[in-house]
Amino acid sequence: MYTFSNRLRTAAFILMIVGALGLGYGFFTAPSTVEEAKAMVADSHGGHGSGHGEEADHATPAHGDEHAEETHAQKDSHGEEAGAHGETDADKHGEHLLSQLKNKPWAALYVAAFFFMMISLGVLAFYAIQRASQAGWSPVLFRVMEGITAYLLPGAAIVFVILLLSGFHLNHLFVWMDPEVVAHDKLIQGKSSYLNVPFFLIRAVIYIAGWVAYRQFSRKFSIAQDTAADDSYFKKNFRISAGFLVFFLVSESMMSWDWIMSVDPHWFSTLFGWYVFASMFVSGITAIAMITIYLKAKGYLEHVNDSHIHDLAKFMFAISIFWTYLWFSQFMLIWYADIPEEVTYFVTRFEDYKLPFFGMLVMNFVFPLLILMNSDYKRVNWFVVMAGIVILLGHYVDVFNMIMPATVGDQWFIGIAEIGGILFFLGLFIFIVFTALTKAPLLAKRNPFIEESKHFHY
Amino acid sequence: MSTKVVQALYNDDDILMDAVKKVKAEHHHIEEIYCPFPVHGLDKAMGLAPTRIAITSFMYGCLGLTVAIVMMNFIMIQDWPQDIGGKPSFSYLQNMPAFVPVMFEMTVFFAAHLMVITFYMRSKLWPFKKAENPDVRTTDDHFLMEVAVHGNEDEVTALLEGTGAVEVKISEKH
Repeated sequence: MYTFSNRLRTAAFILMIVGALGLGYGFFTAPSTVEEAKAMVADSHGGHGSGHGEEADHATPAHGDEHAEETHAQKDSHGEEAGAHGETDADKHGEHLLSQLKNKPWAALYVAAFFFMMISLGVLAFYAIQRASQAGWSPVLFRVMEGITAYLLPGAAIVFVILLLSGFHLNHLFVWMDPEVVAHDKLIQGKSSYLNVPFFLIRAVIYIAGWVAYRQFSRKFSIAQDTAADDSYFKKNFRISAGFLVFFLVSESMMSWDWIMSVDPHWFSTLFGWYVFASMFVSGITAIAMITIYLKAKGYLEHVNDSHIHDLAKFMFAISIFWTYLWFSQFMLIWYADIPEEVTYFVTRFEDYKLPFFGMLVMNFVFPLLILMNSDYKRVNWFVVMAGIVILLGHYVDVFNMIMPATVGDQWFIGIAEIGGILFFLGLFIFIVFTALTKAPLLAKRNPFIEESKHFHY
Repeated sequence: MSTKVVQALYNDDDILMDAVKKVKAEHHHIEEIYCPFPVHGLDKAMGLAPTRIAITSFMYGCLGLTVAIVMMNFIMIQDWPQDIGGKPSFSYLQNMPAFVPVMFEMTVFFAAHLMVITFYMRSKLWPFKKAENPDVRTTDDHFLMEVAVHGNEDEVTALLEGTGAVEVKISEKH
């Protein structure tokens, strides 16, 4: 049995408190009036002069109204300007800025909440695949995976609460939830039979219920198998895992449209669901590898050897490349055809998110490619941990790049609120996962493949 | 000088593995082992050095990537930078996404083919090569171990006979 070390528990609480303070600071310092918002932006641009040019563009009367309107509309992800004809351009700019700055702490919260939920969902998918494919190497890691998926219920519940608050208009993350915007936006109106708040929330409940139900039953059967007289629980687990994978692929795809793609309701991409899946899958596998290495180092996983780590690192390597393949397929198809309604998605990211957008490619592709290619390095724990940290940070940036451009636009910054969000959910994740690990023995007994897994050697 | 080898035939890979360990423990040099199929762990038991073919493959891949980049940079950007359907051909980087499929395929092509050719060269395999097979049964269901003899013929023969060999014979090495 694993005992949650006091130091780790304290660290988790410290992370949660520091993170909550950071998030609170983000919400506290968010502007509430147009003037405050303008003053904040003016302050941050005062020292250097970068980005000042854009602002000047909007304020200069020399520009014809039409031209100003056009540039504004391009940068605007909210479509607010559509209705307000009487106002001057500067006012509209201020309002737009205010809405972006108000979104900032919410988006920071949402990105971090989604990211950690996504890790445990990725682990759940990996776990179901291991069960359904009757893998012989992984049963010694099942309890680690089950521990990580314990975060799914609270993590998904938090994401759901954020979505609920969006539905009640407490934030402006999803512009299609704003009836003002929808009233003037033909494109969103056309999608409103899918993108409407009640249906959106019902769908969210269905996805979460499906995932959590599989997790709870699979965990129950897994523990029941420890003391069973036959393999009936194992077989049940096999069957529900296969069923879950079918449900998961559909629900995950729809979840990515709902929770991520719909922040840009004018944009669509067909392989988006796969892309988000690849991101969660590689993050989940990385989390399994890192927690396994931690527990092994503490002496809790007797039967885990470097071949298990090697296999996990191979998965990290391969799925990193798979992620890149999907990222590039999505990017290159849109870049190549250059259809205006699709390409704006990447134009905003190129212009305003250069460093995170390309930095993410280095972190998620180039680094793991070079580090994890060597078979010997995949057995060296600190190499795997180092690659894992970079991969996890890279996929945080990936989620950041998916959410931020549509919600805060060029006002993004990885500041106190964003880091606070990461720390808070990291602390919560550690607390819940390691608490769950103490609830059951770390070696699944009487699993038909456990002997093979104990002697797994590559 | 003609050298003699003792050839021991086995009909089971487990017995072969045990025999290899015994012969290694007695510090006799195993010249060669002929198997009808790969025996897992045999190279380790024989103490063979690990292959470096993956490293060569990585270098060939880098070469292929370089070839692709240099080729397309010359053709599409330097030599005749035409406007083809509005693609920006001002610099390599600007038009890079369009080149990535070629870069990828060339990397894989070079890495795979040059590695295979390296393998053929290092293992001395080519069409019309004369087969080096001491006993035809080794391609079907027998395993054959060759141990070098340096005047200690009887000792080696006795050792190999004690390892479960179905047949031990002394042969002149060509």
